[in-house]
Amino acid sequence: MISADLNIILPEILLSAFALLGLMGAVYTTKDKTGGLLVWLTAIVFVALAAWIGLTGEGTRVAFNGMFIEDGFARFAKVTILLSAAAVLVMSEGYMKARGLLRFEYPMLVALSAVGMMMMVSAGDLMALYMGLELQSLALYVVASLRRDSVKSTEAGLKYFVLGALSSGVLLYGASLVYGYAGTTLFSGIITTAQSGNVSLGLLFGLVFLISGMAFKVSAVPFHMWTPDVYEGSPTPVTAFFATAPKVAAMGLFARVLHDAFGNAISDWSQIVALLSVLSMFLGAIAAIGQTNIKRLMAFSSIAHMGYALMGLAAGTVLGVQAMLVYMAIYVTMNVGTFAFILMMQKDGAPVTDISSLNMYSKTNPGRALAMLVLLFSLAGVPPMLGFFGKLYVLRAAYEADLVWLAIAGVIASVIGAYYYLRIVFYMYFGEEQSEQLDNSRGGILGGFLIASALIMVLGIANMFGLEGAAAAAAGALVN
Amino acid sequence: MDDDERGGKLMDTHLLSIVTFMPAFAALILAIFLRGDDEAAGRNAKWLAMITTTVTFLISLFILFEFDPNDTGFQFVDEADWLLGMKYRLGVDGISILFVMLTTFMMPLVIAASWNVNTRVKEYMIAFLVLETLMLGVFMALDLVLFYLFFEAGLIPMFLIIGIWGGANRIYASFKFFLYTFLGSVLMLVAMVAMFTEAGTTCIGGCELSLLTHTFGSETFSVMGVQIIGGMQTLLFLAFFASFAVKMPMWPVHTWLPDAHVQAPTAGSVVLAAILLKMGGYGFLRFSLPMFPVGSDVMAPLVLWMSAIAIVYTSLVALVQEDMKKLIAYSSVAHMGFVTMGIFAANQQGIDGAIFQMISHGFISGALFLCVGVIYDRMHTRDIDAYGGLVNRMPAYAMIFMLFTMANVGLPGTSGFVGEFLTLMATFQVNTWVAAIATTGVIFSAAYALWLYRRVVMGDLIKESLKAITDMTPRERWIFAPLVVMTLLLGVYPALVLDMIGPSVAALVENYTVALDAADTAVQSAEATH
Repeated sequence: MISADLNIILPEILLSAFALLGLMGAVYTTKDKTGGLLVWLTAIVFVALAAWIGLTGEGTRVAFNGMFIEDGFARFAKVTILLSAAAVLVMSEGYMKARGLLRFEYPMLVALSAVGMMMMVSAGDLMALYMGLELQSLALYVVASLRRDSVKSTEAGLKYFVLGALSSGVLLYGASLVYGYAGTTLFSGIITTAQSGNVSLGLLFGLVFLISGMAFKVSAVPFHMWTPDVYEGSPTPVTAFFATAPKVAAMGLFARVLHDAFGNAISDWSQIVALLSVLSMFLGAIAAIGQTNIKRLMAFSSIAHMGYALMGLAAGTVLGVQAMLVYMAIYVTMNVGTFAFILMMQKDGAPVTDISSLNMYSKTNPGRALAMLVLLFSLAGVPPMLGFFGKLYVLRAAYEADLVWLAIAGVIASVIGAYYYLRIVFYMYFGEEQSEQLDNSRGGILGGFLIASALIMVLGIANMFGLEGAAAAAAGALVN
Repeated sequence: MDDDERGGKLMDTHLLSIVTFMPAFAALILAIFLRGDDEAAGRNAKWLAMITTTVTFLISLFILFEFDPNDTGFQFVDEADWLLGMKYRLGVDGISILFVMLTTFMMPLVIAASWNVNTRVKEYMIAFLVLETLMLGVFMALDLVLFYLFFEAGLIPMFLIIGIWGGANRIYASFKFFLYTFLGSVLMLVAMVAMFTEAGTTCIGGCELSLLTHTFGSETFSVMGVQIIGGMQTLLFLAFFASFAVKMPMWPVHTWLPDAHVQAPTAGSVVLAAILLKMGGYGFLRFSLPMFPVGSDVMAPLVLWMSAIAIVYTSLVALVQEDMKKLIAYSSVAHMGFVTMGIFAANQQGIDGAIFQMISHGFISGALFLCVGVIYDRMHTRDIDAYGGLVNRMPAYAMIFMLFTMANVGLPGTSGFVGEFLTLMATFQVNTWVAAIATTGVIFSAAYALWLYRRVVMGDLIKESLKAITDMTPRERWIFAPLVVMTLLLGVYPALVLDMIGPSVAALVENYTVALDAADTAVQSAEATH
């Protein structure tokens, strides 16, 4: 029996073993010199695992008496997480090396947090949930303050840690309430207790606390305060990582808990999630207007995007989960490209994050500016870019679930949000000529990611590379 | 079946896609293969754009000849599967074919008018070529979401055209243009999602399940105590109206247009006035009237009055303008007022007149902006006060400007007359007051147009700066030649357009009245059973 269970969580075990072996190996050998090698190795392991999970897995398998669920939904989320983590790792190598940050702990911590994320989306039990969440978070706290000699970076790490610990506490409190009133920590047990319209007050409180904790992880308003500071303070590759894989994992966990544990009480949580969604969309759109630092701007942008993804979740339907997954996959692709661009923003070798430094970028580097233009319009949800289709899916899900007001609020927020993306276009294309220009170094891998991401945004509108069907299958596995 | 025949078939079924995407393909070639920023690269870009738009026009001409006006269904339909159970579908019918022609006809002229552009020529041509693809897509799309895709995507190149090659205040104008129109159309997006859910399809027409044959609910209901007469249809109508009224633009949401026109480069103004503005009118005819007849009927009086106000008000505003482009922009708003009036009179004459007016306005306003461009290129100012007595140095220019001023006023014998006359006549049958007020607008339009002409062209040439001004070059004359021909030809032989659109418009009007009658009967029978 135990061997069957272990067989199911084999990818997680292998990845943990890899991370531990890597740590040991690096400690006993030449330490930081292995950093670059380990980054590539980790990325390759991520891609291999993603291929393995994505291509071979089928059906639903449950391990450890329901604590760990391996189904289509988990597989979709894991593939997205692993691929985006691999992309960000590869992207960060050059940046980290140039700044002496390429310590061997970095890829290993990312690998460990990936294990946590895989655990999160497969959780079938409150304990497993918490274990995955903490493993992921602890690793992220450390990488946020990777640049030890920078005040901002350590501040970011500390802030993230303190607030993260608080949210974990809230989540744990919710979990204990749920356990107390449902009598079990297993999702499959909770779902039989929590019937729509018949949810006990204690269970309801537990649910609200759980949602609050998870909202912190996806940085939904009003639990978003950490996001801009952490995004700004962390080294840019780490910010790129924060904006991608952990968001998918947290959103996957969100969907997992709401549907697997509280799937019979949709009416009890739908309005809460809708509220988080509408607040995130508007705050993300409005607060980003005044930003001059592109990393802070991306922080608010990701808050707004989480609002749209939550809109899909608020629908509480198969289509809603499908829309959320499609949205997240597109979001991650856009962010990988955007951060590749941000990583290339340098002047005399030093990173620049002020958006006004992009003045007339289209003149010095038309190719990159065009790719970024595509990504920005995609982020703003302007057709014909793929970002628009993400919005179309969530709007449709919201409308079908009778959340018309949410859909209308969403599109209005998207108009407000369009403004700050246009502002970057404005700097790149409409600005005045100036003498000081950003470095025009060879793009290399970063340029490749930027172009690839932009191409996906344009070419994806033909058939989304089969994303639609995969997301539908994944959503069908979660909601039944 | 031999090879030739198969080849012919393939061409036939994909003809519309070829026309639509050829400019975009040329833009792609420009973007990838054309290197350098020098004069030679610019010239190559211009020629490639010119050839592409001309070939596009020729192919669309072929479509026009193959087109059968008596078939009121969609023709040349090109179809493929797409996301979300939607279909990629292009097609033309009597209502859309002429807009397609207008677009392909104007584009080579626009490219030719841009021959003097010398900053970032490659990007400029790419923007215009992509814009042509998107505009053609709007008029051909037979899928709701595909339509929205093209409709909204057109904002991106236009935003860049205004923002990069525009005048001094281009930043403000481009942002206003983008955000204004974007806000207008997102509500339409929600309505589209609603239609998708209600009807279970996004196909506009000609499918097993299509929106044109679906009847959307029209039972009155109340939302938070507010009675919504016409129910679902009225709400959907309003959402679409928000988008099309901004695009049109209708008073009072027209304020983005003067800014955009003034700041845009000449070619941008021409495209904006001649083609982009027509998307709103086309949208009313393709969606609002046939899909929400009850909603249209409920809201028609409001639209008619708004049109009447637009015609009079913007004509008066045009009178006091000091900037030539702004004056023509306001006159465009007034002329679009005739279009909305004709459409919502909802009879054969009205809609015939509205389409005719849109086509003819495409030529006339395009030509007027080109006229401004001609002297702007020489003097670099659009102030009316800076000119005067041009006739002494530029007789050919004075002649052409005269013709289009007269056409703008609606002089019989020019195409401007037919559209105004038909729409006024149609409106008179529906709402006498609106027609009467709108007619006064015709007088005002004569006032501002002739006054503009007098101040710019007539009189003595006293200004020192104008003494050396030269008349139009052969290139400029050739650009105007097709426009002159079309304006006069349609003026004396309007059947050219009316025969083409007649059967489709007749079918549209008939379906509209039938749907209204059916809704009436349903209401009556519901009352009888109560």
